[in-house]
Amino acid sequence: MAEVLDAVVRLVVIVAVFLVLPLVVGQTEHKVMAHMQARLGPMYAGGFHGWAQLIADGVKFAQKEDVIPAAADRRVFAIAPGVALVPYLVVLAVIPVGPGLIGADIDAGLFFVLAVLGVGVLGSIMAGWSSGNKYSVLGGMRSAAQLMSYELPLVLAASSVAMAAGTLSLPGIVEAWQWWWLPWQAIGGVVFFLAGLAELRRPPFDMPIAESELIMGPMTEYTGMRFALFMLAEYAGIVVLSALTAVLFLGGWHGPLLPGPVWMLIKVFALAFVVIWLRVSYPRLREDQLQKLAWIGLVPLALVQLALTGVVTLLVA
Amino acid sequence: MNEAVPSYLSPTGQEIVFLLLGAVAVGSALLVVTTKQLVHAALWLVVCFGALAGCYLVLTAEFVAWVQVLIYVGAIVALLLFGIMLTRAPIGRSDDLDSGNRVVAAIVAVATAAVLVTVVVDGFRTAYADLTPGRGSAEALGGSIFRNWVLPFEALSVLLLAALIGAIVLSRTDIRGR
Repeated sequence: MAEVLDAVVRLVVIVAVFLVLPLVVGQTEHKVMAHMQARLGPMYAGGFHGWAQLIADGVKFAQKEDVIPAAADRRVFAIAPGVALVPYLVVLAVIPVGPGLIGADIDAGLFFVLAVLGVGVLGSIMAGWSSGNKYSVLGGMRSAAQLMSYELPLVLAASSVAMAAGTLSLPGIVEAWQWWWLPWQAIGGVVFFLAGLAELRRPPFDMPIAESELIMGPMTEYTGMRFALFMLAEYAGIVVLSALTAVLFLGGWHGPLLPGPVWMLIKVFALAFVVIWLRVSYPRLREDQLQKLAWIGLVPLALVQLALTGVVTLLVA
Repeated sequence: MNEAVPSYLSPTGQEIVFLLLGAVAVGSALLVVTTKQLVHAALWLVVCFGALAGCYLVLTAEFVAWVQVLIYVGAIVALLLFGIMLTRAPIGRSDDLDSGNRVVAAIVAVATAAVLVTVVVDGFRTAYADLTPGRGSAEALGGSIFRNWVLPFEALSVLLLAALIGAIVLSRTDIRGR
């Protein structure tokens, strides 16, 4: 009985985090972007500085008609948002927030996370193809191309940390973390974060979505709740990427004075802020620039980091 | 390996899950080759690979299961879908999907399956492998690969490197054969 209760409590907490944190990040994006562009952003919904804007958006989405185009492949079209969203929920379950504070401790947690994140992109490929719209197909193809080129630097950068810590378990990596890993793993950290951004298709890596030329790419034909699920997947993705970068490269719950989970939250939100900041600061990369950055920039850098990690590990041991 | 063999009439939960996953894998694999819709075939392949990863998981080969998902579902199928969408990806049924070789292909497939099943059944008979968690962990697997199986591992690496260089040479137009 106690075991079942334990599992239920963990599940409820994870789902709650999954539903709340992306909304907070979304609202932060509204406000931060607005102020960076000398606007105010949402001000009315809920009264205080428009704090309930995203809840109002949710209510609006729920009321909208669920339209499926006549030319679409109905079944694939219907399940695509789920395929895009569920992986992030699953990943949240294995991210350690504090010592012992984790949904499920998996032996090869790092590999699990990378594997499951790769599945999420299938959702946008499926959405792009099944919409029966040429812009969506283009968006889906660009998503697939982007995933394939950025998967490699992502995995290489992550494996450098695993090499340094000598374990694939996420809590194990955080426990092995020392402050001097910050400069040591800095290159890997930047590569991981950028490649992760590209996998999320966030600006400046949003060529597959490109609202001004592909009218949102794979999501063109989606309305109502299904579109809301895609949006939720995007913001949940930001939370997951920030949390993973914090766990792997910034030492997770390590930090002076404040308790561990608070440090973890601070790091996650600082990284989420950087994600928003990058969106406001940089123009969209062209498709060839995207591929160039991955293959000529990030992959060699990740390999350099891997070599550096190997040499230092041997010297220290 | 050879402990008391439990009865087949009272399967454990693990065995039932394993059988169900096997059925899903075989069923979706059949759909991959029989469906009339090109992209659906690739998507059924995802289900098939997923079920296979589940089988590995039930057999406590945790690491292999995640690698299966990472490489096959995450990369290979994405590559397949990209290729299909780059050439032709019609929505709806295409009638020209059936190959003229399908009878021969079916015979070869059934024969291969028959050989494999006979070898496995003949090799293990009623041997009963006790599944203790942790035997397929990354640590155990790494130890076994780099202690006992280094030579095959290195040979495979060289093979993959050769294929990689071959692909680069084939795709570059400024390298000519003499």
